[in-house]
Amino acid sequence: MSEEYSLEIVNPEKSFLLKDDVTEVVVPAYEGEIGILKDHISIISFLKPGIVKVFSKSGEDSYYVNDGIVEFKNNNLSILTSLILNLKDIDKGKISEIQKSAEEELGNSEISDQEKYLLDQKIEVLKSIN
Amino acid sequence: MASLDDLKKRISSVKSTQKITKAMKMVAAAKLRRAQESAEKGRPYSDKMNNIILNLSSGISDIENAPKLLSGTGEDKIHLCVVMTSDRGLCGGFNTNIIKKAKLYFQKILDEGKTLKIITVGTKGYDQLKRVYGDNIIERISFKDSKNVNYFDADKVGKIIIEKFEKKEFDVCVIFYNQFKNVITQIPQEQQIIPLKTINEKTNSSEDNYEFEPEEDEILSNLLPKNISTQIFKAMLENSASEQGSRMSAMDNATRNAGEMVDKLTIEYNRSRQAAITKELIEIISGAESL
Repeated sequence: MSEEYSLEIVNPEKSFLLKDDVTEVVVPAYEGEIGILKDHISIISFLKPGIVKVFSKSGEDSYYVNDGIVEFKNNNLSILTSLILNLKDIDKGKISEIQKSAEEELGNSEISDQEKYLLDQKIEVLKSIN
Repeated sequence: MASLDDLKKRISSVKSTQKITKAMKMVAAAKLRRAQESAEKGRPYSDKMNNIILNLSSGISDIENAPKLLSGTGEDKIHLCVVMTSDRGLCGGFNTNIIKKAKLYFQKILDEGKTLKIITVGTKGYDQLKRVYGDNIIERISFKDSKNVNYFDADKVGKIIIEKFEKKEFDVCVIFYNQFKNVITQIPQEQQIIPLKTINEKTNSSEDNYEFEPEEDEILSNLLPKNISTQIFKAMLENSASEQGSRMSAMDNATRNAGEMVDKLTIEYNRSRQAAITKELIEIISGAESL
């Protein structure tokens, strides 16, 4: 039996990625990373800023996501995200830009602890790829 | 009758107007294709979002504790209307149609004795509404500077709306925009986004039990604000496609009318030129005869 399922990543502007030979996807879910294999139970979860790793027959790809929702159902994985960047052709300048604005936001004292936590995460991830 | 010189001037001015409208039509046609494309590309996102929310909200059994964005405040006193129009004119009935639709709704709200608050997106809407409903407009937003419709602009509008909702500044939120059907037809729409109207159609798909992480309500309360931005983004995309379509057909008409006008003026010009020649001839002939 094949171990593959299909993956769709959409951002508001377009359908970012469509693949149907995916064997495993690791997503940075809200409460820790989840690896999703074929025939996983239906799940809905949130993403925090981090790296999505896609393993497929044709190789391995990594993407940076800002936030998102992930839904897995009937061997279809959909990821909805507002910002996604392929780590292969990433622009260093852009990364620093996002990082800078995140740091600025963190300096704002009016934000909640939850937001602070997310921003911390974001900066950490961005630092690691930069 | 206008003199020959006047006619000549008029013909050339109509011709240059025609050139402008023709160029605008071309530009609108090129932009339309792009806008239409991005409207189509944006659909999967909002559809998926809607699906997930439908799945989630059908799983919620106890309405009382549901997030306010979904179930509403339980009251129906203050209505917030978000009127989305364009920043530029010369696009036929595009803005007028939205405003007309919105005004009908405003009248209904006011007649029922409810409070009306308005947010205008796009400068043209503000210009048309400020005279009658100037006091009701609480915010006006314009994205004149951003070249293309992008999600972050929509997110800004969404955040403003949610902030106001959390401060309990309104109970019901409705957005007005033009839905793009085709180049000639754009349908003005009103869509209620708070409280969310769950369509009870395919909600029977609740057999698929999801595993939620974190808890169901937490997901919902996180997802609903996002959904509002998404709906606004969708409306903005539809609007920009409609705007270009509407402008294209308006400019097409204008070009054609200018062509007709040039034809008419040319005939008139030729006639009066002929008349002048004939008059001169008669004068010469009768002068010669009298000798």
